[in-house]
Amino acid sequence: MTVTETRSQTSYLSDGYTLRSWLLTTDHKRIALLYFAAITFFFFVGGIGATLVRYNLLSPKGLLGSAETYNRLFSMHGVVMVWFFLVPAVPTTLGNFLVPLMLGARDLAFPRLNLLSWYLFILAGLVALYALIVGGVDTGWTFYTPLTSFYSKGHVVATVVAVFIAGFSSIATGLNFIVSIHKLRAPGMTWHRMPVFLWSLYATSVIMVLATPVLAMTLLLVAFERLFRIGVFDPAIGGDPLLFQHLFWFYSHPAVYIMILPGFGVISEIVPAFSRKELFGYKFVVWASVAIAVIGFLVWGHHMFVAGTSLYSALVFSILSYMVAVPSAIKVFNWLGTMHKGFIRFDAPMLYALGFIGLFTMGGLTGLFVAALAADVHLTQTYFVVAHFHYVMVGGMVSAYFAALHFWWPKITGRLYPEMWGRAAAIIIFVGFNVTFFPQFILGYLGMPRRYNAYPPEFEALNVLSSGGASILAIGYLLPLGYLAWSLFYGERASANPWGATGLEWTTPSPPPTENFETTPVVTLPPYSYPYTETSRDE
Amino acid sequence: MRSLLPQASANAAEVDYLILALLLASCLVLALVFGLMLVYVSRYRADARVERGKLAQKTWRLEIGWTAATFVVFFGLFLWGADLYVRLFQPPRDALQIYVVGKQWMWKVEHQSGQREINALHVPTGRAIQLVLTSEDVIHDFSVPAFRIKHDVLPDRYETLWFQVEKAGVYHLFCTQFCGEGHASMIGEIVAMSPPEYEDWLGQSASGAGAHESMAAAGEVLFTRYGCGGCHGEGGVGGKQSGGGVDAPPLAGLYGEKVTLDTGAVVTADESYIRDCIISPEKQRVAGYPPIMPSFAGQLEEENLLRVIAYIKSLKPTERR
Repeated sequence: MTVTETRSQTSYLSDGYTLRSWLLTTDHKRIALLYFAAITFFFFVGGIGATLVRYNLLSPKGLLGSAETYNRLFSMHGVVMVWFFLVPAVPTTLGNFLVPLMLGARDLAFPRLNLLSWYLFILAGLVALYALIVGGVDTGWTFYTPLTSFYSKGHVVATVVAVFIAGFSSIATGLNFIVSIHKLRAPGMTWHRMPVFLWSLYATSVIMVLATPVLAMTLLLVAFERLFRIGVFDPAIGGDPLLFQHLFWFYSHPAVYIMILPGFGVISEIVPAFSRKELFGYKFVVWASVAIAVIGFLVWGHHMFVAGTSLYSALVFSILSYMVAVPSAIKVFNWLGTMHKGFIRFDAPMLYALGFIGLFTMGGLTGLFVAALAADVHLTQTYFVVAHFHYVMVGGMVSAYFAALHFWWPKITGRLYPEMWGRAAAIIIFVGFNVTFFPQFILGYLGMPRRYNAYPPEFEALNVLSSGGASILAIGYLLPLGYLAWSLFYGERASANPWGATGLEWTTPSPPPTENFETTPVVTLPPYSYPYTETSRDE
Repeated sequence: MRSLLPQASANAAEVDYLILALLLASCLVLALVFGLMLVYVSRYRADARVERGKLAQKTWRLEIGWTAATFVVFFGLFLWGADLYVRLFQPPRDALQIYVVGKQWMWKVEHQSGQREINALHVPTGRAIQLVLTSEDVIHDFSVPAFRIKHDVLPDRYETLWFQVEKAGVYHLFCTQFCGEGHASMIGEIVAMSPPEYEDWLGQSASGAGAHESMAAAGEVLFTRYGCGGCHGEGGVGGKQSGGGVDAPPLAGLYGEKVTLDTGAVVTADESYIRDCIISPEKQRVAGYPPIMPSFAGQLEEENLLRVIAYIKSLKPTERR
């Protein structure tokens, strides 16, 4: 047999320069870059929405002057950020790039399905942009009925169709990862030798495949009700408005874990690499991800404690919400355990990872407030909730995304990013984030409702502070765009393993050849087998 | 300027204690996490020549330890939050009922004695108030931060919410469920006054330009206009085929009673039940009567429906045969 056959060593970046060689590629690495372009675009579209929202709230009367404009802006911000950035960000970019490399495989199990998923994503994105350009939608990203299905004046059908199509892209990616992880592991890579990043993506993919269809059906029903007046959710024609909330959150709560689990995976790679130590409690970290994926399906009702559900359902969903927080806490303790007695370095990925641990912990802890029933009654639907999920989604997930981007940048591009700029951006983002969102916890406790374009004057000072923080945060997010682009042309060439990290992806050149590995790797060691010394770095 | 967040209701202090406890627990955990991070990154930075000693073995003991500790703390927090929720959200029996209808984008309030107000709610202090909430269109939410309460207001159904104001004053009322263009303008004021002042207020608005009859009296007019008495009898005494009418259940004294349905289920005749019987009679039929009650869906607007219900609630059981 030809296990040792020598494969082409051309870098995947040099393997064809035509547009066709990119748009019709089935190479997972090139598809990852296609996704990078799309995701980055949507991140900045959603970011513009956020910027205008914070601009409007500088004054109690609302600087934009129009409630309708404001409503469409925050709805656009939510829809774009959730479905066109947070959900796909890590899986489709870093996941696509790294899953085969970490598995020691040539490509994903279904390379053409992978390309199809990108085209579906682009189609969904175009429909969303169309909806946005013709006027947007005024329902919030949660599409609550009967507001959405009857009263809204926005472009509801186009928007839900966009999300519907994006869902199929998610499902295709999830399916691809599940099959790849089952079937394409290199010889010797047992389940418990897999990097945690793969485990996290596996758990994420399971949620994507199981939960997304529920969202698709729900949105289709909303569109039907709106177009044909079929009574499903609108009580005026015989529907039940709470049914929508149950169905929507049955997807959208697990979707929170779709967004954050890949982040856990990233941090579990980076903390050991920059502590030069194996991951503390590997099996606990792995099975915590699986536990989150399972319990995450059973907590949707905690979005509805004041919605008119029964007392018993509130009690059950409250305790389950506490249960789902336990595995997250386990992970935080294990990352700290990994750093204990390590040889810790402070390169940009580690700074982002430390930021993640701090901000995610704050996001998680404030989740305990809204899981406590009596406290939730006061805090829900206020800025407290806005701050809570931004700490998890932006402070947590976006920090993890940037950590991953910096960590694997040399592998992906073959270039080193400028380290000082990377560290500066990490610190600016951490500071800007806290100045933006911490005041919102206080605003929420004081009672300021979400989704208000104008607010009572006593909330002004904290809102101005929050908007000021947002401008720092905006600079923090623009910086990487600049210096990472610069590094593509002027950055130092990267060696195969600039961090001295473990993992199969670091055994192949940077950037990897189209075929990924010269010979199929054989795994003989558990993951994170860092030699316990400071001098193992490949300088 | 009003103080930022007064504890104006009987519940407010208890909710604040819970939030304070959560805050303290969070600060402890944050101190631990940030503290360990800071200690480790300074003590174990790569070039630190510190003696690191042997690595921890038997990690599962630590894992079980912190997992169990987390479970215990979380379970305690759950119990605290749940206990308070259950206690504070069961209304006392003698609560004063006030009816609230939300619509895009205003709050319409009607007191039992018939006073109406928009985007304002006058209540007496020191007395439990129960709001019966419904919406004419989309989902709204009735939220009063100073009382630490909120509840969604749904179309086609009644939700209730209760509170007891301890301090006279004027407090924010917010709609906190996004309800369309004018969401942020769907705000109002809760005016809490001492009981004598409240009586004065009721008296003032009962005379003069805004004179009106009580909700029950207005409901009686509607009861007659919609021909309810044709089957249920004048005064809701019930109808009997043998008496020359049709078999229809008596309504006097119905409110708060247990009703046996044709499915065998037993339900309490609260506002929601009476509403369903008028709007969607096929949902819950009383055992022993023919299914002839027509639906009044689309014929009665929400406020008139509330008045009819107020009238039915006012009918005394002594009028029953």
